[in-house]
Amino acid sequence: MPTIYDVIENVGRELYLRALKDIPADVRAALRKGWERERQSGNRSAEQVMFTILENVRTADAQDTLVCQDTGLPVFLVDIGADLGINVAELEQRLRVACERATREYPLRSNTVHPLTRKHTGVNTGEGIPVIHLAFIPGSMSIHIRMAPKGSGSENMSFLKMLNPSEGIRGIRKFVLECILESGARPCPPVIVGVGLGGTSDTAMQLAKKASTFRGIGSRNPDPEIAQLEQWLLEKINQTGLGPQGLGGATTALAVHIEWAHTHISQNPVAVNIQCWRGERAEAIVHADGSVTYLDGAS
Amino acid sequence: MAHHKLRTPLSEDDVRRLQLEDTVTIDGAIFGIRDATQIRMFDEGIAPPADLSGSVCLHTAPGVRKRPDGGYEKLSIGTTTSTRMNRFVPGLLETHGVRAIVGKGGLLEDSVEAMRRFGGAYLAIVGGAAALETMQIEEIEDVWWEDLMPECLWKFRVKDFGPLIVAIDAHGNNLYQRVRDQAAARIRDLLG
Ligand code: SF4
Repeated sequence: MPTIYDVIENVGRELYLRALKDIPADVRAALRKGWERERQSGNRSAEQVMFTILENVRTADAQDTLVCQDTGLPVFLVDIGADLGINVAELEQRLRVACERATREYPLRSNTVHPLTRKHTGVNTGEGIPVIHLAFIPGSMSIHIRMAPKGSGSENMSFLKMLNPSEGIRGIRKFVLECILESGARPCPPVIVGVGLGGTSDTAMQLAKKASTFRGIGSRNPDPEIAQLEQWLLEKINQTGLGPQGLGGATTALAVHIEWAHTHISQNPVAVNIQCWRGERAEAIVHADGSVTYLDGAS
Repeated sequence: MAHHKLRTPLSEDDVRRLQLEDTVTIDGAIFGIRDATQIRMFDEGIAPPADLSGSVCLHTAPGVRKRPDGGYEKLSIGTTTSTRMNRFVPGLLETHGVRAIVGKGGLLEDSVEAMRRFGGAYLAIVGGAAALETMQIEEIEDVWWEDLMPECLWKFRVKDFGPLIVAIDAHGNNLYQRVRDQAAARIRDLLG
C-alpha cells in the first residue's frame, strides 16, 4: 500500500512532465484569441507568429513531446490541509525526488547549476531547488499541489523597485510599462505579466511570481481597484504594439495579474515577473485516502 | 511581404534580396551554436572543425540522446535568446562567412551593421516553439566539440525549416528596433 508520501512523489513527477507537455486550457484559449485578433487587424507577421505558436501546441499534443525545450527551474505551491498531520520535511524531500525522477526517467534537460562555478547538478534539483512554497489550510483534508517549471527567458525578466509612496499609482504604472519595454522580445511575447504590490521586497517578488505563473488567465483580483489597474495595464501594454515575439502587433500580453499585500507607511514596493506564452503549470489534488484528481491548471 | 524558399549554402545574393518582414523557409543543413561553442571559437581562438561559409547558424543547445552507434537522436530542439551572444555575430559573418543567424530576441547595433557590410540576415524563429522545430529538423548529421555538451557545434539536416521572419536585413534595417522605438514613443504619450 503506497503511503501518502509515495503518492505525492508520483504526483510531483507527473506534474513536472504535464506542465512541460500540456499547455493549460485557459492559456490555449488566450492564444487562440490573440491569433484571431492579429488576423482581424491584418498584421500578417503577427498572425503568422500566433499561428506557429498554436501549431506548436498542437504538435506537442500529437507527438506527446515538450512544448518548449526549456525545462525550467521547478517551482511548487502546496496548500496542505492543516488537520492532515503531514510531515513537511518528508513532503519537501519527496517533491525533490519527484523532480530528479522526472529528469532521469523522461529524460529532461537539467538546468540547475551553482551560481558561481556554474557546475551542473544534472538532476534539476540542488541547493534551494525545487522552490517550494507551503501554506496550511484550516478545515481542508487534502493537499493541493501546483507546479511550474519556470523558463529562463521569462524569469530573467524580473524587476523590483522600491518606489516612493508619493509616486503612487502613477509611479506603479510607469514602472510596469518600462519593464515591458525593457523586456522587449526576450521573454517570448505574448507574455503573462505578474505584478506584486506591497509587502517587503521579498513578498513583492513572490506575489509577482504567483500572479504571473499561478493565476488563471484573465482572472480578476477581487479588489475592484486592483482589478481596474490590471485592466488598465493590459490595455496599455497591448497598445505599445510590441506584439508577438516583439516583432510588432496587437498581442503583447495575454493577461496582467496583480497580487498585493499591505506595506510600510514609507514603502511602495512594486515587483514584476513575466511568464512566457507557454504559461506552463499543472496542478493536482491529493486526497486524504491517497486518491488523486488532476486539474487542468486554470484555478 | 514575400516568401523565400532557400537552400543552403546561401549566397550573398540570397540574403541581399530579403526584405524586413519577408518569410523564409530553409532546406539543407544548418549549424547549431551556443555560448560555449563561440567562446571556444572566438575567445580561445580555435578554428571550427567545419566550414561555415554560406551557412545558417541557429542559436540552440539541443536536448539529445546518444545512440549506441555514437550518433545522436533528437529529443527537444528549441532556440535560445540571441541577444546574449550578440558579441560573436560580427566575427561569424566577417571571419567565417556565415550568411544568416536564426534566433529569438534580436541582435544589437554592431551586428546590424555587420549584416549590412558583409551581407547577412537575422531570421526570427518563434521562441518556445520547440515541438515544431524538433519536427522540422530531420536528423542530427554531425557533431564536433562533444566535450562542450550540449553546447557543441551541431549540424542538422532540415526540411521546410520555418517559417522564419526577416527581422534584420542586409541593408541596415532592424524590425525589433523599429517596433521598440514605436513602443517607447507610445509609452511616453500614455504617461503624458
Ligand atoms: S521564454 Fe518561455 S517559451 Fe521562450 S524559450 Fe524560454 S521557456 Fe520557452
